[in-house]
Amino acid sequence: MSTVFIAFQTNDETRSIIDAVLADNPHAQLDVQPAMVKINAEGKLVIKRESIEERLGRPFDLQELQVNLITLSGNIDEDDDQFTLAWRN
Amino acid sequence: MAVKALKPYKGEVKDNVERFHGMQLLYIGWDDHKMFVAPFAFVFPPNMRFGDICEKVLPGAFGYHPDWKKVDMSKAQWLKSSQPWTPDMTKTLAELGLKHKDALRFITPGLTGLKGSSY
Amino acid sequence: MDVQAKKKLGLKEKYAHMTRGLDWETTYQPMDKVFPYAKFEGIKVHDWDQWQDPFRLTMDAYWKYQAEKERKLYAILDAYAQNNGHLGVTDARYVNALKLFLTGVSPLEYMAHRGFAHVGRAFPGAGPRIACQMQSLDEIRHVQTQVHAASNYNKFYNGLHQFRHQHDRVWYLSVPKSFFDDAFTAGPFEYMIAIGFAFEYVLTNLLFVPFMSGAAYNGDMSTVTFGFSAQSDEARHMTLGLECIKFMLEQDPDNLPIVQRWIDKWFWRGYRVLTLVAMMMDYMLPKRVMSWKEAWEIYAEQNGGALFNDLARYGVRPPKGFAAACGDKDYLSHQAWSVFYSYGAAAPFHTWTPSPEENDWLSAKYPSSFDKYYRPLWEFYAEQQKQGNRFYNKTLPMLCQTCQIPMFFTEPGDPTRICYRESDYNGMKYHFCSDGCKEIFDNEPEKYVQAWLPVHQIYQGHCFKEGTDPTAPGFDPLKAVLDWYNLDFGRDNLDYEGSEDQKNFAAWRGMATRNE
Repeated sequence: MSTVFIAFQTNDETRSIIDAVLADNPHAQLDVQPAMVKINAEGKLVIKRESIEERLGRPFDLQELQVNLITLSGNIDEDDDQFTLAWRN
Repeated sequence: MAVKALKPYKGEVKDNVERFHGMQLLYIGWDDHKMFVAPFAFVFPPNMRFGDICEKVLPGAFGYHPDWKKVDMSKAQWLKSSQPWTPDMTKTLAELGLKHKDALRFITPGLTGLKGSSY
Repeated sequence: MDVQAKKKLGLKEKYAHMTRGLDWETTYQPMDKVFPYAKFEGIKVHDWDQWQDPFRLTMDAYWKYQAEKERKLYAILDAYAQNNGHLGVTDARYVNALKLFLTGVSPLEYMAHRGFAHVGRAFPGAGPRIACQMQSLDEIRHVQTQVHAASNYNKFYNGLHQFRHQHDRVWYLSVPKSFFDDAFTAGPFEYMIAIGFAFEYVLTNLLFVPFMSGAAYNGDMSTVTFGFSAQSDEARHMTLGLECIKFMLEQDPDNLPIVQRWIDKWFWRGYRVLTLVAMMMDYMLPKRVMSWKEAWEIYAEQNGGALFNDLARYGVRPPKGFAAACGDKDYLSHQAWSVFYSYGAAAPFHTWTPSPEENDWLSAKYPSSFDKYYRPLWEFYAEQQKQGNRFYNKTLPMLCQTCQIPMFFTEPGDPTRICYRESDYNGMKYHFCSDGCKEIFDNEPEKYVQAWLPVHQIYQGHCFKEGTDPTAPGFDPLKAVLDWYNLDFGRDNLDYEGSEDQKNFAAWRGMATRNE
């Protein structure tokens, strides 16, 4: 299987996003770099709006991920409730 | 055609010999001495004696290297387009059949750069 | 009374309503005339409606999020400038990595803006048109943010003041310039594979992550900020590139060989441009992030491997030059730095020999190659410099016809031998640094015979200021060329040791912590 990843700027907002992603994806691994947080995962990574909202304490539109996103790897599928990265091999 | 295009297309050649004011391009590289990172590009008149290049031009180009003072050009082995080639130092570029944009390399056996690194 | 609020449209449905079914087949003029670039490359598209937008951004969302990103970005740039943040960099040698990036890459962002505007008009499908037009806006945003970031450094450091002028003239800047000119003058489908896919998907992480991490490690908050902010746009660009290639391959199996040839070509051209990044990572960052070799292994081998495994379902194979590029990872950065070190008089940024500690870091990162091939060179140069005999190569190098880089690359598998390749075309010889560059030429020679090669142009007398007299006594052709570059000799160029940048940085840092 191949690795997908997503990376965000390090700030207060992404702290909640990262916590949500790690909680929802037990196989994911955290990689902390200066000013940047990267999450690597084998095969697939799922980001759930509800999990983020729980931790952020306010409504969250998944399109807001764009504001703090740095880069990513994998095929994207996005709807109102979740944002998925996956390779199909 | 030799490029995908909307209509027939001929590129304007930028480096034909006519653009070099009576000179021609000649590239010369010294194998195993990559302190000179790439072969050099020179322009010479076609009636320049090959020996004059070796005696008057190459020292200025390659002299900074500590190996240069050990070089005996009469023992250097030459390649043209990476095939063995023997220059006659008394002849001109034209007489030697050296064309515009020919590439020469010379090897100085036994000299392999700083600490044998090829640099 | 029914008080249940109507359910909002979901993301996918809303997007479909806002962006589909709004275009039409033209009748006053035939579609082929309205979209004249759509077919000549031989790519067959049967149904543009199959195009999938992974990031379903409507214009309102686009403006909203971009505006927020801009506000955050400029707040940080302002704070950085107000705080004299530049004095927080590790040392002012770092600024030269920034000079390299800002002069080399910023003009490409501008060309990308123009390129995407063009293809954003040229595609018959509404989906890719919208995505390309947004990307065109993103790219001009990138130029602007980079120029703003550069502007602050330009107040204090040399070499940043003429990037626009130098893009069209300076020998090593013809490398990124010709790369983009090649893409820009291709058809829209090739452009998307070249830039959207090869550059912005396969290779982007190798350009941006090292520079931005390098900035973060070296205290350059300004660059980190614009870099990460730009990268979030890049995530959309990457998905556009990936979607383009999937779309082309899904539309018709006949597209595969065309697309594969473009993948091969543009991987190689992009890899050659990244030569500058390799040397930046290993030699120009006082606080290093990781080695070029390590970055290559993560971003090209692992990441690229995953990508091409995914695309294998379409019959795509990894780029032809991939193995050769992997083979070079132990050598590339060292070879490249030796080019800029030795031609250090001719570039508007400083170079220097690595310190003994830096040599040891390089040795640890490159156990099979550094001590054997490169340490002797750096130690020799350091010794010469101590004796006041610093090497400045004054003889012009041979350039590759395709990538326009000096022919310093070595034979695959033998880092001691320069790689020589040539082709004869219409009675003239052309030279190349590699099989990859030769093949690109051989496939489309009419394109590359037009190359404006800096060394040849200098010899043709085209690189002097108006009114220069080459026959005047004491004429120094190299100085005249540097003058034509608007390079400020002795300030912009030469070794970092003894430079104005070095002196100023030390003086200003001192002022920040002492009372005079």
